Amino acid sequence: MSEPLPIDSLIKSLGAQAAPVRRLLSPGRRTVGWTLAVLTIAAYLLWRHGMGNMMQRWELAPLVCCAGVSAFVTCIAAGWAAFALSIPGRSKAWVWLPLPSLVVWMAASGWGCLRTLIVPNPQAVGFPQSADCLVFIVALSVPLSVLLVLLVRRAYPLRPVRAAIMIGLASASASAALLGIFHPIDSAASDLAMHAIAVLIVIGINAAMGGRLLQPR
Amino acid sequence: MSGLTTAGTMGLYIDFPRRASPSSHVSDDIHSSQEQASQRRSAWMAAAQDGDRQAYEKVLADSVGLIRAVARRQGVAIDSLDDVVQETLLTVHRVRHTYDPGRSYDAWLAAIAARRAIDHLRSHGRHGAREVQDEFALDMHPDVGDATTQTERAQEAARLRQAVSELPPGQREAVEQLGLKEQSLAEAAEETGRNTGALKVNLHRALKTLRQRLHGDS
Repeated sequence: MSEPLPIDSLIKSLGAQAAPVRRLLSPGRRTVGWTLAVLTIAAYLLWRHGMGNMMQRWELAPLVCCAGVSAFVTCIAAGWAAFALSIPGRSKAWVWLPLPSLVVWMAASGWGCLRTLIVPNPQAVGFPQSADCLVFIVALSVPLSVLLVLLVRRAYPLRPVRAAIMIGLASASASAALLGIFHPIDSAASDLAMHAIAVLIVIGINAAMGGRLLQPR
Repeated sequence: MSGLTTAGTMGLYIDFPRRASPSSHVSDDIHSSQEQASQRRSAWMAAAQDGDRQAYEKVLADSVGLIRAVARRQGVAIDSLDDVVQETLLTVHRVRHTYDPGRSYDAWLAAIAARRAIDHLRSHGRHGAREVQDEFALDMHPDVGDATTQTERAQEAARLRQAVSELPPGQREAVEQLGLKEQSLAEAAEETGRNTGALKVNLHRALKTLRQRLHGDS
């Protein structure tokens, strides 16, 4: 008579531990939670700085409005992609979800940048203020990234680096959109370049660190 | 967003061409029974998430074949399949809360199994590289024939004999029949009365234990 195979014993042993588990919420519902967290910060900033400055800027330069809105959409799409990529069996094509809004955001910012090069704007902010923007985006991205990493770790990301890049993009675009609430009147080329650098820094840090933090256990 | 989801079984099954011939009825039947099996596994896993022990054991047992198929496709050697199966089952247990009952269980399982298979291949790749270097070192420093080497070899043989004698009976038998007597699986199965699957598993376990005892490999 043959002895039972180790796999059979393992299945019996795992079966004995079949306690009920709390199912992970769907990526869509988790994205709603993430969006609410960003909107809470936006509500605080609007309460602190008022809407007047932002509305005036949008009237003067509709492209700034377009860039702000597309940054916000990118933050939602990238968050959704990070949640979806963290579940086994979901398509890797999720990584492309934030691409359309990212392209619009970059195009709107790039066009604004080009315009200020052709027709210099005396109201545009100078380099010291641009550096403040960089500090704001990077500093706010840190807690937002930590929040997303904690949420994504609750799942099981089989593609940790891709998920981490999506987390970096979601937190950096959220910070950039929130910056638009109290940002000075118009953007100079150096200012917009600083935004792009800040976003790349945040994505790079997330890809380097988040990839390790999200490695499957 | 349905277009972005991984539908079905991630290519685990063959998609037969649909023609109006007798063979198409057979393929339809196969396809339909595979669909049913897939749906059954999804239902069992959903019940397992609610704490149903029987459903959990059924879905795990039913998953073994799928895990093996995925591991084979990734290039895992036959004698290592059980390792990948065990690792995958343990992972499934740990992350079963991430399964969405509204989606394909097979796609979810196949993704985890593929990851575990790749991890296994990577760790074995590292072992393989080390072994090649050891062989190279041996060629560069021939020490065959001197008294010290002979003594060392005798000591090693004694350690090996001792380690083999300390193995559990099933594993010891597998080493003796397949390793030392160099019998085929069929011959060993006939002589010991065990099935070939059990012998393979026992031999694999025994080699792992011996490696750990003699070299301290984890």
